[in-house]
Order: sequence, then C-alpha cells, then structure tokens
Amino acid sequence: MDKRDKIIWLVVLVALIALPAVGLSRYLQRVSSLIFVYMILALSLNIITGYMGQISLGHAAFYAIGAYTSSLLSEHFGWNFLLTCLCAIIMTGFIGWLFSIPTMKLSGTYLAIITMGFGEIIKVVIVNWESLTHGTYGVQRIAKPEFFGIEMKTTNNGMYYLCLIFVVLTVLFCMALERSKLGRTLRAIKDDPLASSLMGIELGHYKRLAFTISTAIAGAAGALYAHLSGYVDANSFNSDVSMMILSIVIFGGMGSIKGMLLGAGILVSFPEVFRFVAEYRFVVYGLILIVMMVFRTNGLLGGNSKRPYTFPRFVKVKEGEVKPDGAAGGK
Amino acid sequence: MTAQYIVNGLTMGLIYALIAIGYSLVFGILRMINMAHGAVYAFGAHMILMFVTWNLGAVPAVILSVILTGGLLVAYDRSILAILRKKRAPGIAALITTIGFSYIITNGLQIAFGTEIKSFPALLGNEMIQIGNVKFAFSQVYILVVSIALLVGLTILINKSKIGLAMRAVEQNARAADLMGINAKAVISVTFFLSGMSAVVAALLLASYYQTVYPAMGTMIGLKGFSASVLGGIGSLYGAAVGGIILGLAESLTVQFLSGAYRDAVAFILLFLILIVRPNGLFGKAKISKV
Amino acid sequence: MALLEVSNVSKQFGGLAAVSEVNFHVDQGEIVSVIGPNGAGKTTIFNLLTGVYDVSEGKIVFNGEEIQNKKVQYIVNAGIARTFQNIRLFKNMRTIENVMIGFHQNTKYNTFDSTFRTPRFRKYEKEAHEKAVEILDSLGFGKYLHSYAGNLPYGEQRKLEIARAMATGAKLLLLDEPAAGMNPQESEELLQFIKELRNKGFTIILIEHDMSVVMNISDRIYVLDHGRMIADGLPEEIANNQMVIEAYLGKSEDDVAD
Repeated sequence: MDKRDKIIWLVVLVALIALPAVGLSRYLQRVSSLIFVYMILALSLNIITGYMGQISLGHAAFYAIGAYTSSLLSEHFGWNFLLTCLCAIIMTGFIGWLFSIPTMKLSGTYLAIITMGFGEIIKVVIVNWESLTHGTYGVQRIAKPEFFGIEMKTTNNGMYYLCLIFVVLTVLFCMALERSKLGRTLRAIKDDPLASSLMGIELGHYKRLAFTISTAIAGAAGALYAHLSGYVDANSFNSDVSMMILSIVIFGGMGSIKGMLLGAGILVSFPEVFRFVAEYRFVVYGLILIVMMVFRTNGLLGGNSKRPYTFPRFVKVKEGEVKPDGAAGGK
Repeated sequence: MTAQYIVNGLTMGLIYALIAIGYSLVFGILRMINMAHGAVYAFGAHMILMFVTWNLGAVPAVILSVILTGGLLVAYDRSILAILRKKRAPGIAALITTIGFSYIITNGLQIAFGTEIKSFPALLGNEMIQIGNVKFAFSQVYILVVSIALLVGLTILINKSKIGLAMRAVEQNARAADLMGINAKAVISVTFFLSGMSAVVAALLLASYYQTVYPAMGTMIGLKGFSASVLGGIGSLYGAAVGGIILGLAESLTVQFLSGAYRDAVAFILLFLILIVRPNGLFGKAKISKV
Repeated sequence: MALLEVSNVSKQFGGLAAVSEVNFHVDQGEIVSVIGPNGAGKTTIFNLLTGVYDVSEGKIVFNGEEIQNKKVQYIVNAGIARTFQNIRLFKNMRTIENVMIGFHQNTKYNTFDSTFRTPRFRKYEKEAHEKAVEILDSLGFGKYLHSYAGNLPYGEQRKLEIARAMATGAKLLLLDEPAAGMNPQESEELLQFIKELRNKGFTIILIEHDMSVVMNISDRIYVLDHGRMIADGLPEEIANNQMVIEAYLGKSEDDVAD
C-alpha cells in the first residue's frame, strides 16, 4: 500500500465516522448499515470467487446460518451479541468446512450449482425445522446488541458504528490475507490448478481453508444483519440474496477489496436512490453482469495493478537488484 | 397407493427430463451451462398464455411460443455468447452472463405480466381417468406421450441426422468443423433453438397440468432439471432422460414415505451424492486431464 | 547409484498403451534427453514421474525411494519439479510471486500468523522474498521482477517456468520442450542457461524436438517410439543409429498424413 492509498483509506474512514454526526435520517442509517453488511458479504465471497476463481451461488445459505445461530442463541440464552456473533462465526465456518469436504473435487460450474443446491436445502431446512427455527414465522424481536449497558440502536447510531467496525476488521483481515502465502496460493490456484499442485500446493486443503474462512465471515455478516433488522425468516436469505452478493463481486471487480466496498455501495444503494427503477432492479443487475463480462471482465476495480510490486516493509531489497520499471508490458 | 405415486413421479420425471435435455443440448456443444434455462421455460409458458388469451388457438399459440422462445435464445447466443467466444473469454464469463440473462427474463416477465400466479387454461383437458386404483389426469397422458416422443425424436435427430452429425462435429472441434464446410454458427443456433423448444414443450405440458403460471416458475424446476441432467451425465441425452425420471420417482416416493416438506430438497441431495460419488454422472464419460 | 531409476514402467489409458515397459536411469549431475516423434509418450513419462498419472506397472525409484503412484505434492517435496510443454505460468501473478509459489512448501506459517503478523510470518515472508529475488537476479530476471508473468516475452516465460521449478528446492528438473517456439538465437541462449543449471548442481531430464539442442547439450539420449524405448546412448551414437533415423523420419511422414 503506498502513501496515496493510505490517504484515501483514511479520508474515507474519517468521512464514514463523521457521517452520523452530520445527521443521517433513520432511513439512511438503515440503508448504510445494510451497505456495510453487504460489503462484508462481498469481501467474504471475494475470497472464493475473487481470489480462488470459484463461483458460489449459495452464499446466502451461510449468511442465513450465521443469522439464525446468533439470533436463536440470543433468544434462548440472552447472551451478549459478541458471544452470539462469535458462535455464529464458528458455526458457519464449521458448516462451510463440512460443506467443502465432499465438494472439494468439484470446481467451476459443478461447484456453482452445488452451492446453489445447498442454498435451497438450507432454505427447506429452515422452513421445516420448526422446533428450532420457528419455521415460516421466523425469528422475531431479535435483541439489539448491548455493550456496557448501552443498546446499539439506529437512534443512537450504535448499529451504524457496529457495522462499520465489522467492515474495517474484515477489510484489515482481507488485506493481510492478500499479502500472505494464502493469498498468493489462492490466486495461483485460480490461474492454473494443475501447475499449482505441481508446485506442491495441496488443492483440497486450500479449497477447504478458503471455504471455511469465507463462510465464517458470511456468518458474521448474518449475525450483524439479524440484530440490525430485528427479524429474520427463510425469505431473508433466498437465492436473490446470493445473486446480489455475486453481482457485487463481479461488478466491483473480482479480487479487489476496494472494488467490493464500492460495488456494495453502488448496488445496494442504487434501488433506494432510484426509486423509479426499483421494480426493474434485477433487469439492471442482469445487464451489469452481462455488460461486465462482455466489456470489462475485471469489473470496476479488478484486474492486474499497473504499479510495481510492493515488498513488505520488513524486507530490504538491495539497491540495484531491482529496477522498478513498473508492471512492464501491461496491457 | 404406491402405484399412484409412481405414476405421478413418472410424470414429473418426464418433465424434468425435457428440461434436462435443454441443458444437455447446449452443454454438449458449447461446454457451458445455460443458467437461464429455467427462466426461458417461464418465458415460454407466459408466451403461450399470452397468445392463448389473444384467442389465436392452442396450436398456433404453442408454435409461436416455440419460435419466440427459441429465437430469444438464438438472439442471446448471437449477440452475447458469440462475442465471448470470439474473445476466447474463460468459461466462467459465459456462465455469469447466463445468470444475468435469467435475471433479465424473470424480472421482465414480472414487469410485463405481474408477479402474481395466473391461471393457465387446461389446454390438454382436465378430465380424470381411473385404472384400477390409480387415478390420473388426462394431461398426464399427454405428458407421457409428448415428452417421450420429443425425447426419442431429439435423440434420433442428434444420432442419425445430418444436423446431428454436424452438432457432434462442432462439439469435437469447432474450427475443424468450420474448415470442413460445417456452418458452426448455424449449428449452434439450431442447438439453442432446440433447447428453447424443449423448454416450451415442458412449460406447455406442466402449466396445463397445474393450470398456473408465474414469472418465478422456472427457478426451482430449472434447478431440478439441471440436477437431473447432471445425475444422468450432462451432455448425454439418454442420461438426461434417465436422470429426470429417477429424480421424479425419487421425489414422489419421498413424499409418500417421508414427508412432502422435504420434496424440494431431494433433487439437491441426489445431486450432492452423485457429484461426490460419480462426478461425471451415471452415463457421463470421465476425461483424462491433458498436461 | 542412480538418482532416478525407472524400471519396467507401463501406462495404459483404457486399453491403450501410452508407454510400455520403459527402463531408464539418470545419474546425479547429468543432462539426459528423451526424444521421439509426436505421440511417442514423452510427456506421459513426465506425468508418471511427477505423479500426475499413476503407473499401471513398474517401479520409479528416486533418491533411493520408490515414488510411483505417490501424490503430486509428495513428489515435489522429494525433489522433482517440472516445466510444461505449453507454458503454465500463473499469468496474472508477478514474476516474483510465481517464484514465491515455488517456495510454497518451505514457507511454514499459517493464516493466524499472517493475520496477526507474527514473527514467524515475518521470518518466512522475508526469506521467501529474499530467496526469490536472489534466484531471479541470478538468472538475470531483475528487470522483470515486477511484471506479470503473462506479459513477459515468450523466451522469458520459458525461463521463469524453470526458475519457479528451481524454487521448489528440486534436485531433478524435468524440462518439457523448453526450446519450443524459440528462434535459433533464443534456443542458443537457453542452451547456455541449461548448462549453467547443471553447474549449479541440478540434474536435468529434457524432452526436446530440436535435434540441434539435444545433440549439443545431452550427456546421454533415450529414444522413445510408440511408447517403447528403442535406443539409448551418447549423442553421436544416437545420431548414427539407423533405427532412430527411421523411426523419426518414418513417423514424421505419418504425422503429416494424420
């Protein structure tokens, strides 16, 4: 990350912190909190789709598991949000891991379809396991998170900041992931699975790891959403939600953290801003997917950077060894 | 009772088979899953409904719907997929555009026809017939006859006719086929048209049986049809038919012996199992990875 | 003792024999070439050596250990790495990252370490970066360090694939037609490059079509035809072997007719 990047990140963060002080209506707060939730979801799917190059059409299932885990624990035991959220993360990650074991050998279309099927199965389970999930009634009146006796509500900006903190944490996590062995390995698998395995990469292990991490993050987003909206049912997590998450990833630019944030910001706010197109919004999402694939496969901000490779700060490369002529020959 | 469930399961199974064949045709030639196939099915159903309400008569309504639906797919292929092929875009790109295409169709239908469930005329009659203690609707007989005829017809077309030969040639090697004077573009268009036609026929049969249509009607059946095609081995027509029938029977027997609640999960559980145990489906061929 | 000893190895696909009862060995520090017409089974042998395919029959002993039918990762660890006939670089990753992927198995930290930037993470990342720069520098790659692999000139891509294989810590490098698609000048450069590799202590098996390359560089040559070893010997012996000439020329005509 160079200086310019740091300044941009800082400015955006300060602006987002200051925003409620300027005075956001309750409606705008809800929309921005929802945008934050989708940012987390997009960052989560980005690990599977952006870095590893596999499509999941059932991400809403993991989002749902997180939401139900957290809201049911809160309902039955009255635990604090931090604890229920942690359980949601662990539970979702665990199920994601379980899911990835049998599907390890699949990739591409087959994986896409099986994730979609998994989404449908989870929906059927939610509707039918009434003793646990209250079936079609859903979970109602989910408690707002509370810290030190202060309830995080829309009226005191609590939910807004809570979601923002989660976004920041997720972004930091993803940045660390990108610049680590795991990030490199996932991108290598995306480029050429066979060559990767001949470099000693255990494909199955990394697929499972990517799934576990990605779904755990989706679980956190689910927990946030449940306590934000106060109500969840099976329809809160239908296949439209999975499609929405995928659209953000494609639109924002696969593999780009900034792209996920921008993509979520634009696509979630867009039907709210342009009320008159709300009815057509899936036509617009569909067009976005097609246009992006035909004319701009890398989305808004994806694709290979034109800047030189940035070495970690703790690596000192001797002068003269490296002549930074940029990403030479960039297309 | 079981006989009744088997008859019902067989009926649904044949519909799944027709949907599955739509996926398999396109996959067979382009190695691509058309995720919009379920939406195309819903499109076909709405077109029939529209033409019938215009009092065009059942047969012209169906023929017009086939032409429109097939034409829609061909237009999509010629405009979007052709560009991607030309750019040699990765397979995932084409897959994603079909997802986008399905959004557009479904949302378009919602705008044009409204989201509510509309009643569909019993074009194929709704009398009940009883043989022994098995009851079935007259339209189920149609489903049986028409879908089997179409499945057999398509199989013969692909395996015996000149156009079928051309399709297989394009599948093997589009460039070489082109050099041999086969018009690959036309062959792909014909394939898409046939895929659309099978969807419209399935829509006609099932909509007449249930007597309802709505824009999202294709989502679940599209997924199940896909499961059926994978079950049988995608790309294989014969496999698609068998996969569809197995799925229909499995669902029906689940309803009888377990519970109706989990009916919709059967397809995906089967899909899960088959992909894990035999990723190439029951009749698909394993491929050797070339290095 | 030979570094690599292949005895009676056969591989069938369905009923089709791709290679039958192949025997050969490679000693430490040798450059050995495997030549033969298209479809003779050369790349299949590489796939068997690296664990991409299981052998149907026979034994492969590397460094005193049987490695046939072992997992791909295990064989990389044991010290065999390869390049590909059709270049298979990580095109959307930078040159340095490609080489760092080669260090994969020797970069021993986990996601916890990288998330919290533990000393272990720093240690191994530092090591991986420094070693990658070292390898790239030693191969004169310094100026391409930042480039994406897919944007490199063709010849450099071939070399980068070799660099990546070196980074795995391999003792034995399998090079699959490294001179393919190169002009005479480029392949001359490559020759020097491969000789330097040997001087660095690598043992090399080469699959090659370009006879001038093979004759120039090989210590010994094996000739494969229709999945069988039909001859072996020093370059000059092979050049004068009537059977080899026939197999080559006869087969080439067949290829044209195909």
